Amino acid sequence: MTALQIGALVLVGVGSPVVVLVRDPLRQAICFGALGTSLALLFFVFQAPDVALAELVVSAVGLPLILMLTLVKLGEIAAEEPEEEERE
Amino acid sequence: MSRSVRVGLFCGGALALATMLVLACVDLPGFGHYPGPYGDVIARTGVAARHATDLVTAVNFDYRAFDTLGEEFILFAAVLGVAIVLRDVRGESERARQEAAEEHAFGDASAALGAVGLCLVGPLVVLGIYIVTHGHLTPGGGFQGGLALAAAPLLAFLGGEYVAMKVVAPHALVEAGEAAGAAGFALIGLGGLVFAGVFFENFIGLGTPGKLLSAGTIPLSNVAVGIEVAGAFLLLWTEFSDQALLVRK
Repeated sequence: MTALQIGALVLVGVGSPVVVLVRDPLRQAICFGALGTSLALLFFVFQAPDVALAELVVSAVGLPLILMLTLVKLGEIAAEEPEEEERE
Repeated sequence: MSRSVRVGLFCGGALALATMLVLACVDLPGFGHYPGPYGDVIARTGVAARHATDLVTAVNFDYRAFDTLGEEFILFAAVLGVAIVLRDVRGESERARQEAAEEHAFGDASAALGAVGLCLVGPLVVLGIYIVTHGHLTPGGGFQGGLALAAAPLLAFLGGEYVAMKVVAPHALVEAGEAAGAAGFALIGLGGLVFAGVFFENFIGLGTPGKLLSAGTIPLSNVAVGIEVAGAFLLLWTEFSDQALLVRK
């Protein structure tokens, strides 16, 4: 194993628990994107560039956006709930 | 269940899991020692047999194209499910697009972010088309390139131009693209059945390895899958952003 490969493994090993241990969902989505980028780096240094490209676009672009839009929607619902109770 | 029982249950389970993990990993081949025959066979014969220099794509879109067809339709069905679940239901109304564009969550993006985002749209489209069309030559292919293409209108969205995103990627076009791409890939498989007698048989002339027009049906499949993936992810993002930014009870 080269130093690059060990470095990428360490990066992913550190990044994965961080995603779990961060409790705020918005920060979690951003950490997840960063973890996806480091996973792409891992695949790249282990000579799997096809998988690295797929990982990069899915987890750094695709999924965090869906998570964030969901958080926007959930925040909207949470903000509206007290009003609804008053109306009822 | 008391705390001590739960801790005991967890310790027992964790111990069993750890034991089984260790047992499972003992006989793994050493780092970098690939034992199976298939990878070596394809690495030796793939370029000569399929005239594609990126053998990962050759495997995905030729040797196991039938599996890839299944994966395509998993994505297709999943996005279809999202579109059905997030449809406009009774009692919900869409806010006027102009109003939503002015106050949506990314609306106060800085001018710098907007400018960078809009400047990157063109290069990203070119990169996406490059990754799709060169899938059989260099790393990449329909899935990766399609997602890069889908991310291009997204840059306009991140730059605070939600309405602009809806203009370059209207709902009907995105849906049509997703359906046409999925159908196109299946039709290429049927073409193999019609012209060569086997589903997904590579029925087009293979050409010279390393040239853009080579590897038979593989680049065609890449283009079809690229359109399908771009449409699917744009539809997914559009449905989610409509829910988050436009739909009101």
